[in-house]
Amino acid sequence: MDMQQGREAAAVRPDGPRYGARYGAGGADTAPAGDRTEDASPAGVPGPRREVPRAYTAADIYQEVQSSAAFLEVRGRYRGFVVPAAIAFLTWYLAYVLAATLAPGLMAHPVAGAVNVAMIAGLAQFLTTFVLTWAYVRHARLNRDRAALELRWTVLDRGVGQDAGRGRAS
Amino acid sequence: MRGDHQTLALVLFSAFIVVTLAITTWVSRNRHGSAEEFYAGGRLFSPMENGFAIAGDYMSAASFLGISGVIALFGYDGMLYSVGFLVAWLVVLLLVAELVRNVGRFTLADVVAARMRERPVRIASGTASVTVSVLYLVAQMVGAGSLVALLLGGSGPAARTLTVIGVGALMVVYVTLGGMRATTWIQIVKAVLLMAGAVALTVLVLLRFHGNVNDLLVRAAAHSDYGKDFLGPGRAYGGSWSARLDFISLGLALVLGTAGLPHILSRFYTVPTARAARRSVVWSIGLIGSFYLMTIVLGFGAAALVGSDAVRTSNAAGNTAVPLLALNLGGGAGSTGGTVLFAVVAAVAFATILAVVAGVTLASSASVAHDLYASRRPRTKPRVPRQRRLRPSAAADGHSRAEPEEAEAGPRREPRSEVSVARYSAAGIGAVAIALSLLAQDLNVAFLVGLAFAVSASANLPALLYSLFWRSFTTRGAVWSVYGGLVPAVLLVVLSPVVSGSPDAMFPGVDFQVFPLENPGLVSIPCGFLAGWLGTRFSREPADPVAYAETEVRSLTGAGAV
Repeated sequence: MDMQQGREAAAVRPDGPRYGARYGAGGADTAPAGDRTEDASPAGVPGPRREVPRAYTAADIYQEVQSSAAFLEVRGRYRGFVVPAAIAFLTWYLAYVLAATLAPGLMAHPVAGAVNVAMIAGLAQFLTTFVLTWAYVRHARLNRDRAALELRWTVLDRGVGQDAGRGRAS
Repeated sequence: MRGDHQTLALVLFSAFIVVTLAITTWVSRNRHGSAEEFYAGGRLFSPMENGFAIAGDYMSAASFLGISGVIALFGYDGMLYSVGFLVAWLVVLLLVAELVRNVGRFTLADVVAARMRERPVRIASGTASVTVSVLYLVAQMVGAGSLVALLLGGSGPAARTLTVIGVGALMVVYVTLGGMRATTWIQIVKAVLLMAGAVALTVLVLLRFHGNVNDLLVRAAAHSDYGKDFLGPGRAYGGSWSARLDFISLGLALVLGTAGLPHILSRFYTVPTARAARRSVVWSIGLIGSFYLMTIVLGFGAAALVGSDAVRTSNAAGNTAVPLLALNLGGGAGSTGGTVLFAVVAAVAFATILAVVAGVTLASSASVAHDLYASRRPRTKPRVPRQRRLRPSAAADGHSRAEPEEAEAGPRREPRSEVSVARYSAAGIGAVAIALSLLAQDLNVAFLVGLAFAVSASANLPALLYSLFWRSFTTRGAVWSVYGGLVPAVLLVVLSPVVSGSPDAMFPGVDFQVFPLENPGLVSIPCGFLAGWLGTRFSREPADPVAYAETEVRSLTGAGAV
C-alpha cells in the first residue's frame, strides 16, 4: 500500500518533488516554485509553440479516455458503490430524524434501564458511519485505485508525454 | 477562588497564543507569497496530519460547548447535532473529497467553474462561500464571548466585547502571516489538545459513575427539568408542528452542510493526491466520531452532575455546561482540582475557537481573492478575449478548455498580488465577523453553526454535486443553483424568529418575522437543487461535452490534478 502511495505521489507531477521533499527542509523552496512555473508556463511563456497543439490534443484525450472501456469500468465501480451507499445512509439518517419527530413515543420506549430506542438508534448511526467508511475505503482500494492510476498514466503519457518531447526538441 | 482559575486559565491560554504565534512565525520564516503556499500550504501535508487538521477545523467550540450544552438542557434532542455532524462526513467521503481534490485548485468555486464560464460562476460561488464563512465565524466568536463572560464572572459585556475583538485580531494575524501552513499546524495542535481534554473529562465522568452509563442517564434525567422525558426526543423540538419541522430542517442542514463548507473543502488541497485526501477523511471520521460520542457523555454528565438549572443560570443557551462540568469533576468550586480542570477546559475551548476562526477566515479570504477579486479584475491578456465566453466553439478554443486551471493561473492574475488581496480580505472579514458577533451574543452557538450549515447545504452543495455528476449541467444552472439556495436561505433567516419577533431574537424590539422555522434548510436546500435544475433546463447554450469529459476524467483518475 505504501509503495503504491509512493508511485501515486510521484505520478502527480513527474518532475515535481512531492512527498520526498517536505517543506521546511531544503526542499521548501523548490516545491511551490516548481508548481508555479509549471502552472504559468503553458500560457505565460513562449505561448503558441507549446500551447495550441498540446491543448487541442488534451481535449481530445479527455474525450477519448472518457469513452474508453477502462474509464467506464472505473466510473461504473465508483458509482456502483457510491450511489446505493449514499441512498442507504441518507435514508437511514432521515428515518432516524423523522422517527424522533413523528414517533417520539416509540423512540422514547425504554430498552434496557434508562437506555431507550432513540439512544440505540443514535449510537447505531455512529456505528454504521464507521462501518460504511471502512467499506468504502476498502472498496476503493481493491476495485478502483489501480485502474484509476493506470488511466491517469494514460492521460499523462499522451498529453504531458508529448509535451516533454517537444521540450527536448527545442 | 475565582481569581485562581482565572489566572491559571489566562496563563494557559497565553501559552497557547505564544505557541501558535511561534508556529506562525516559524512556518512563515521563508515564505514566498505564492498562492500555492498561502491557500494550500504547499500541498505536502500527510493524510494523518491533514486528518487531524480537518478534525481540528471541524470540532469547533460550537460542538464542544454548544452540543454538550444543548444536551445538558434538553437531553436527547441535542444528540441530533452529534449524529448529524458525523454522518455528514459520509457525504464528504463518498461524493466530494476525492473528486474535489482532483478537479479543484484552491476553492470550491474552482470545481464548479472548471466546466463553466468562469466569471459568473466564480462570483456566485465565492459570494456563497463568504456568506457561509461569516456565519460560521460569528458562531465561533459568540462562543468565545460567552466563555470569557463565564471566566471573568461579573465583569460583563465589556470583557465579552474585548474578547471578541481580541479573537478577531489574533485570527487575522495568524492568517495573514502564516497562511495555510500555519493554520494547519495550529489546527493539529488544537485537535490534539481538544481530544485530550475531551477524553480526560469523559473518563472522569464515567469514573464518577463507576462506568455505569445507566446510572449516568438516570441521574441526568433526575437533575433535568423534564424527568424521564429528558432521555426521549421532543424536549427542544417537540410540541408544535413548527418545532418539529425545525428539527427535520436542522437534521437535513447538518448532514448536507458539511460537504459545502469552504474551510473543509480547502483542506483537501493541502494533500498531494486524491488518495491522500480520502485517507485524511478516514482519519478525521475516526477522530470526529469519537469526539462526538464524548460530547454526548459530557452533555448528559453536565446534566447529571451540574444540573440543568445551574447550567441555564450560568448561560441561558447552555454554552458553559462543559466548563461547569469540569469545575464539578475536579472537586467543585473552591477545590484545587476543580480550579485546574476548569482552567484547562476553558483554555482548550478558547484555543479551539481561535484555531477554527483562523481556518474559516483563511478559506473565506481565499474565496474573496481567488474567486471574487480575480473575476472582477479586467483581464489583461489578449489571449482570453471574447472567445472563452462563446464556448463551446471551434477546435481552436479547445486549448483554453484543455487545462483551464493551469492556463488561467498565470496570465490573468499574478498569484502574488492575489495573495496580498487575500491578506487584506482576511482583515475585512474579521471586522465584519466581529461586528455581527457582538450583535449575536446571546444565541446558542450550536444553533448558529446549524444556520451556517443550512446556507452551505443550500448554496454550495447543489452546485458542487451537479457539476461533478450531471453531464448536462450548465453555467446558468450553476449560477441559479448558488443564488437559488443562498437567497432563500439568507432571506428565511432574516424573516425567522432568530432575527426578530421573539424574546431571544437578535433584535427583540422589532417584529418582521414571517417564516416560522429557525433553520431554513428544509425549504432552502430543495430550492438550491431545484434552481440548479431549472437553470439548466432554461439555458440557451447547452452543456459543453468536452468540458464535462475533462471534469469527469480528471475527477475520477486524478489526471491533470495540481
